[in-house]
Amino acid sequence: MEKRKIIIDPVTRVEGHGRVTLHLNEQNQLEEARLHIVEFRGFEKFVQGRPYWEAPVLVQRLCGICPVSHHLCAAKAIDQIVGVSDETLTPTGRKMRRMMHFGQVLQSHALHYFYLAAPDLLLGMNSDVASRNVVGLAQMNQELAKKGILLRKFGQEIIKATAGKKIHGISAVPGGIHKNMSDEEIQFFKDGKEVPSIEETIQWCLEVLEHYKTFHLKNQSDILSFDQLESNYLSLIGRDGALELYHGELRCVDKDGRKVIEDMDYLKYLDIYEEEVKEWSYMKFPFLKPLGAQKGWVRVGPLARINTCEYIDTPLAQKELESFRSHNGRMPHGTLLYHWARLIEILHCAEKIQELLDDEDIKGENLITKGTRTNTGIGFIEAPRGTLIHHYDVADDDQITKCNLIVSTTHNNTAMNSSVFQRAKQIWETNPDRGEEFLNEIEVAIRAYDPCLSCATHALGQMPLKVELRDFNDVEIRTFTR
Amino acid sequence: MSKIDITVDGVKFSVPENINLVEALSHQGIQVPTLCWYQGMDECLGTCRVCTVKVGGRHSAACTMKTQKDMTIEFDTDELKDLRRGVIELLFVEGNHYCPSCEKSGDCLLQAQAQDMEMTHSRFPYEFNNYDLDFSGKNILLERNRCVHCKRCTELFSDDEGHKVFSFIGKGAETRVVFDHEREKKLSPHKAKEAMDLCPVGAILVKGQGFSKPYGERKYEKEPLWEKK
Ligand code: SF4
Ligand code: FES
Repeated sequence: MEKRKIIIDPVTRVEGHGRVTLHLNEQNQLEEARLHIVEFRGFEKFVQGRPYWEAPVLVQRLCGICPVSHHLCAAKAIDQIVGVSDETLTPTGRKMRRMMHFGQVLQSHALHYFYLAAPDLLLGMNSDVASRNVVGLAQMNQELAKKGILLRKFGQEIIKATAGKKIHGISAVPGGIHKNMSDEEIQFFKDGKEVPSIEETIQWCLEVLEHYKTFHLKNQSDILSFDQLESNYLSLIGRDGALELYHGELRCVDKDGRKVIEDMDYLKYLDIYEEEVKEWSYMKFPFLKPLGAQKGWVRVGPLARINTCEYIDTPLAQKELESFRSHNGRMPHGTLLYHWARLIEILHCAEKIQELLDDEDIKGENLITKGTRTNTGIGFIEAPRGTLIHHYDVADDDQITKCNLIVSTTHNNTAMNSSVFQRAKQIWETNPDRGEEFLNEIEVAIRAYDPCLSCATHALGQMPLKVELRDFNDVEIRTFTR
Repeated sequence: MSKIDITVDGVKFSVPENINLVEALSHQGIQVPTLCWYQGMDECLGTCRVCTVKVGGRHSAACTMKTQKDMTIEFDTDELKDLRRGVIELLFVEGNHYCPSCEKSGDCLLQAQAQDMEMTHSRFPYEFNNYDLDFSGKNILLERNRCVHCKRCTELFSDDEGHKVFSFIGKGAETRVVFDHEREKKLSPHKAKEAMDLCPVGAILVKGQGFSKPYGERKYEKEPLWEKK
């Protein structure tokens, strides 16, 4: 019997470019799945030799989807270079940056849910690929699609008001922010004239959640059986275990919810982090040293944050968390639950934005502060897709000598491979000739993580999907492409 | 000051005699693009050639000319517009200008002129020349990828004691801007900022600052060149 390998290439509706190979053993059983990241951009290299204050603006060019996360994460790291921490930022600096981040998570999650994920979920993952998109969604439920588009717009406008532009803003500078919000800008989000008002936005988030929950409960067994992946979960965590997206300590829990990394200062991350390199991927495989390469991989992102936190410090999202847990238990592992978790976070962001719009500090004039200059800057942030790390070394003469970026998708690397494997194995064992379904379900598994493969390798490009089936001699025996 | 007649693109104008041609035309509502020259400058530098017009049928840098009786000037012709844009394009391909991450973006005259001339790309291949950054200063960073060798800093800038701080070394394509380390060290924050603002591009930067102005507040967003026309 020949060894066989299946390749899926390209993966559609994912940012970046990827290809999947499925490897069969001599017994014709599926042995391994590999999500190949085939591009390389080398952002870390060309940040070297640049002045440190340029980093927050330069590195956000990594991504057109969540540039704000890179902008803010770099700004947090560079704050340290100028001797400032989140605690010592001025209230206006801290709150403006947070607002920008909540706008970013809201718009990115809305984009992912309505444009990328909902078509699979609500139209059916094996429905016609030509209409399985936001247009098809609009034909099925116009009201829902419209709300999705406007929710995203609301988030984008928050970014514009705080960062200056909807993408690639420039406002987070070393030690603070270069703008506050005017009364007119605040009013824009309250009067409901050009974008839905913040009240309406919150209302819509609740409606979308209701809609999802109804769908979920109807299809619960399919959703949960799609992929159950017991894993560790990593995220920042707020005070007393609150869900935290912008700044906090680092927490990692195992599949049973036990803390495997006690809440720790993320500045010490190198004590617990290591990255493995595999010859078939440009994307690294980070793992937690105390657990070793085999067991130390984690999942990050919405489901991870929902699983690591004890509670959410906004009332409506807290209620939704309780509802989520009453349905799914305290430590659910279903990969498609990422979507539900994402919707809870959208609501949380909207509630946080509402709080901040009523906070006088966002109109403050004291924008930037300074401390004692240092040579190392480390920033962590919960980007929409999960924990994002920026690390810079800066020489006394102000040039960046080293840059390391560990992005959310990289954190999820092992998990994505495992989910693809599990999904492919099930199809391979039940009906290996399902062709199009094979492609669809592997895509849906990858997409649950909302991966940004261009970010992960710091690479540029469109992500389409090709699945290759390879035999035990690594000879390609079948290819599914779209 | 006595007035004389000059002709610009076939139209007669009465202007003061013996004043800077760019200035004289600007008073008549004709904006000649410039890069090394700026309003109020006594001595012209004549280094960039962005202000090229034809005087008496000959290509000339307008900023180096004084108004004279019966001067005949060609300015707004397709040939000259193309030539001036070509000069700007050459500056873009010779240096390494990455506007998206440049802190002078919005405050950069090269960028503003390129936008004003509706330059969307360069007809010349990019050279990707090697320039280094000089981080050795206490107050100032020299980003030589962006230097257009206009000589504003070398000719027009001096410290509080009246000493020159910037100069050129090398020749031709190897010309590089440098600074006097001792004098640079003593520059006040105010003086360092003055040098940064004098540089038409992002080659002279005050260390540790940058991206200080929000979108909409930057120089050529507030007063776009094209609105002056
Ligand atoms: S550093 Fe600036 S002012 Fe000096 S020559 Fe270069 S471009 Fe002109
Ligand atoms: S502006 Fe006339 S030569 Fe530079």
